[in-house]
Amino acid sequence: MDMLYNILIDPFVQMVDAPDFLIQVVWEGFVAGVLYALIALGFVLIYKASGVFNFAQGIMVVFAGLSLVGLHEKGVPAWLALILAIGIMAILAVCIEKFVMRPLVGQPDIILLMATIGMTYFLIGLGEVIFGGEPKQMITSELGLPTGSTAFEMGERGLVILQHIDIAAAVIALLMVGGLAVFFNRTRIGRALRAVADDHTAALSVGISLNQIWAIVWFAAGIVALATGIMWGARSDVSFALEIVALKALPVLILGGFTSIPGAIIGGLIIGIGEKIGEIYWGSLVGGGIESWLAYVIALIFLLFRPQGLFGEKIIERI
Amino acid sequence: MRMRTLLAGSVLVGLAASFAAPALAEDSVYIQLPTYRTGPYAGSGIHIANGMSDYLAMINERDGGVNGVKIAFDECETGYDTQKGVECYEQAKAKNTLVFNPWSTGITLQVIPKSSVDKIPVLSMAYGLSAAADGNTFPWVFNPPDTYWDGLSAIIKYIGDQEGGMEGLKGKKIGYIFLDAGYGREPIPLLDNLAQKYGFEVLQYPVPGKEMQNQSSQWLSIRRDRPDYVVMWGWGAMNPTAVKEAVKNRFDMSKFIGVWWAGGDEDARAGGAGAKGYKSVSFNNVGADYPALQDIKKLVVDAGKSHTPANTVGENLYNRGVVNAVYMVEAIRIAQEMTGKKVINAEDMRVGLENLKIDEARLEAIGLKGMIAPIEITCANHSGHHSLFIQEWDGEKWTPATDWFSPMTEEVTPILMQASKDYATSNAPWPTREDACPAN
Amino acid sequence: MFYREAGQYKTSYAADQQIFPIRQDRIGIAVILVIALLLPLAASEFMLSAIAIPFLVLALATIGLNILTGYAGQLSLGTGAFMGVGAYSCYKLVTIFPEVNVIVHILLSGTFAAAAGVVFGLPSLRIKGLYLAVTTLAAQFFLEWCFIRIPWLYNYNSSGAIEVPGREVFGTLITGPAASGTARYYVVLAIVVVMTLLIKNLIRGRVGRQWMMIRDMDIAAELMGVRPLIAKLSAFAVSSYVCGVAGAMFVFFYLGASEPAVFSITLSFQVLFMAIIGGLGSLVGSFFGAAFIWILPILLRVGLPALGVDVAAETVFQVAQMVIGALIIFFLIVEPHGLARLWAIGKEKLRVWPFPYA
Repeated sequence: MDMLYNILIDPFVQMVDAPDFLIQVVWEGFVAGVLYALIALGFVLIYKASGVFNFAQGIMVVFAGLSLVGLHEKGVPAWLALILAIGIMAILAVCIEKFVMRPLVGQPDIILLMATIGMTYFLIGLGEVIFGGEPKQMITSELGLPTGSTAFEMGERGLVILQHIDIAAAVIALLMVGGLAVFFNRTRIGRALRAVADDHTAALSVGISLNQIWAIVWFAAGIVALATGIMWGARSDVSFALEIVALKALPVLILGGFTSIPGAIIGGLIIGIGEKIGEIYWGSLVGGGIESWLAYVIALIFLLFRPQGLFGEKIIERI
Repeated sequence: MRMRTLLAGSVLVGLAASFAAPALAEDSVYIQLPTYRTGPYAGSGIHIANGMSDYLAMINERDGGVNGVKIAFDECETGYDTQKGVECYEQAKAKNTLVFNPWSTGITLQVIPKSSVDKIPVLSMAYGLSAAADGNTFPWVFNPPDTYWDGLSAIIKYIGDQEGGMEGLKGKKIGYIFLDAGYGREPIPLLDNLAQKYGFEVLQYPVPGKEMQNQSSQWLSIRRDRPDYVVMWGWGAMNPTAVKEAVKNRFDMSKFIGVWWAGGDEDARAGGAGAKGYKSVSFNNVGADYPALQDIKKLVVDAGKSHTPANTVGENLYNRGVVNAVYMVEAIRIAQEMTGKKVINAEDMRVGLENLKIDEARLEAIGLKGMIAPIEITCANHSGHHSLFIQEWDGEKWTPATDWFSPMTEEVTPILMQASKDYATSNAPWPTREDACPAN
Repeated sequence: MFYREAGQYKTSYAADQQIFPIRQDRIGIAVILVIALLLPLAASEFMLSAIAIPFLVLALATIGLNILTGYAGQLSLGTGAFMGVGAYSCYKLVTIFPEVNVIVHILLSGTFAAAAGVVFGLPSLRIKGLYLAVTTLAAQFFLEWCFIRIPWLYNYNSSGAIEVPGREVFGTLITGPAASGTARYYVVLAIVVVMTLLIKNLIRGRVGRQWMMIRDMDIAAELMGVRPLIAKLSAFAVSSYVCGVAGAMFVFFYLGASEPAVFSITLSFQVLFMAIIGGLGSLVGSFFGAAFIWILPILLRVGLPALGVDVAAETVFQVAQMVIGALIIFFLIVEPHGLARLWAIGKEKLRVWPFPYA
């Protein structure tokens, strides 16, 4: 009975007892979810356009963040470093398209997946050779991003603390999704991208250059990676340990579907909030630390019921 | 299948070339330094590696080695990865290293059983297996100046002092946030013992290795549970993230105390102005004003013979790397005296480590007086339970917050002996010590 | 000219169905086996302990993954965790029944891994491809968490690591720190060779062909009477069994002690790389892949400084990583079917040599 009470009742009692804390937990989950969503967004962009499951998105986040901070450390002013970092992501996109994607066109999924894991190894080595292995502080204030926090008093001892940088992260994520939506629906290149996503051959036949489109998609994913790198870097720091966090994007994708941008956002939020609530209210029952696998189990359960994801376009192949 | 032979053949040739070759100059000894300048723990590892190799380089430059015997050393990158660590160990063994410094609890645990067979002393300075302090069971393993259990007991003692004596701990809540691996789990038995004895409550907050940079759940729980103090056992990227989260959640930093490995300058700096007051237990002072460090600056760093950025000389983890190198150099010196040989081997090195004694006069001569406390290792006690102190981050640098004080040796020794006995039984047949320690 | 089967007549079905129908292949295998048996005479301790033993063990793990991914077509990212299950159950068995031969324990420990594999293989009945990869990732992280959180698994010792006790077989110490590299090498070699042979026969037989049918076209396979439930779960079971045995050997004959971090996702990727670089669906490829991924970095790390290229240790490490990443991409581009395919092409060429075709 005690056990059942602890699982079924006690967590909810706790939630009601301390609503301010619940709000804080949900907010923290929301922010983590936004960051997961940003990483997932990078995956979705590339998957949509080229059917490549880009495992290297995580290291691209680190690489972009490192370029920005590394350049600033070498004495480049922050705004210029930002522009140069964008430039580096553009060069990276072109290189990836030219040296990896183009020769591998038409190969099975798993080969492309392996190629992006190969890219991950390469970029980790390259990043460490150029910038060194030590973690770096994100240049938050130099970039004009807000620091500090606002606290709301609630009740007697209640306190909800909102970090300004987290609010900025949410706003930037929103702007990015909006921008991408406009880009996909209203611009010529965006429509070409969608055409490629629907049917490579048909797109080729109406004169869309696949190579160019792929380079653009990888560049867009690179910019998303840079934004993610800045935001996550501001929360902890920029280091190669971040790369592993990117794996969290996988359950997000399962939830949101591989091809849906809104799905990536919603999926990210569900995973982010779900795992925080799970860890804090239920985690202590088994000793804590369940956050490392909870997201995957949520995704696993979800898969059994709705394999195409919340907003996935087509039903995946099932047996 | 034929490819395999071919590969094996080429490996044979390559290795023969690489291992037969290091024809060391007549008067030199070889030490391999396993380091990690890459990977998630590089943030802590780089400074340690710099400190170790700079000091050894300085000894070679300034004194021409130890009593004229140069120290040939090179680094082996482990990336904090156990597989690579074992590979480095095998390499070190093949090149006859004097001593092996694993610099990772995981790698230490791997090499402890091998060390007694291969007759290579393992120097795990204030990390690794706490039970290894028992020299009777672990003649080849050394963990001076203190074990994790000493460190934890010192922190609890300090908290007791803050609360006006150990009885002040009664009814207090102490949070324990730790890296969820062998390293972070090791202090828990002692923590539970002490909690029972002094009547405080322990709340555990494990941080999974993969989630090091994503600790908001742990810190939210800390906010909910409102522990009176938080003790941290972190390493690498976990530390700066924890300090940042603590600042964010407005935890009283003066009640946040880390183990010595959570005391990097960059770890605290990550918290910005809010990190002021963060504490960590330590066994070495910071600063570059000590004559030995000045020599390093002059002869090695400024001479362009190292990759160390000049401003990191004197930082906490750098100095700790230096301490590790000092232990090695002093052990070589003592081994030379005791054996009468100039070029010693690994077995002599063990003797040197076992009789390692650095008193005030010797510290003065080394040029580190005041940076570390005098230490002495005995045959039976390979750690020593030496004095520690608490340091505090003032927003710019670490400053001592207390005097040197000794850990609760009487609490640590019994569980240490028990643990070492358990280790020997569960790994039976555990080799017994060949030359028994004199019974005091 | 030298490598062709002309003139080798088969007069019985048994002769026609043997594993190596060409005489030259049999000679080649015999030569390799003899070299493998004589290796300890020529090799240094470092070569045996740090290269040969882990190479053989990882080759076996690669074979395990290859059964699942290469033959049955189910992508898995949880190899590391299944190896961990093998290692931990072997440790438990050895400490609970110390008097039983340790080799028996190692072979038994695979069954626990097989059970874990079947449980986490259940979702494969509904999903496949990358989606299945995510469920195996869940297995990876969940099991890794268990290795840390269930102290019973490491006998409640304070370090949280498992240490391999010394055990003797026929009077020779084969595990533990005091066991010589040669003894450990021979045990590993024997287990790997025997298991490879068994698996080769399993794959040639009914079960293996069912797996391949499921891989190539599951619906057609089902129509022809292959039961997907049995076929898929048996693939998961056999694959995890082999991985579990490999994991137990990894700890007992190579590492000597291990903490949960050893069986992390990195190990899963490492083995997956070996399978893909070597060639999916090829046993000989598993050996090539393991050699490539395990030995090349060591050669780079040991070799570069030995060649007189004086660079810092971490730079060698980083450059080695870059080279491996680049080589993986290069191989995928040049030969997506892996080294095994290159080997097959080479053999074809050799058959007709010195003529362009025959």
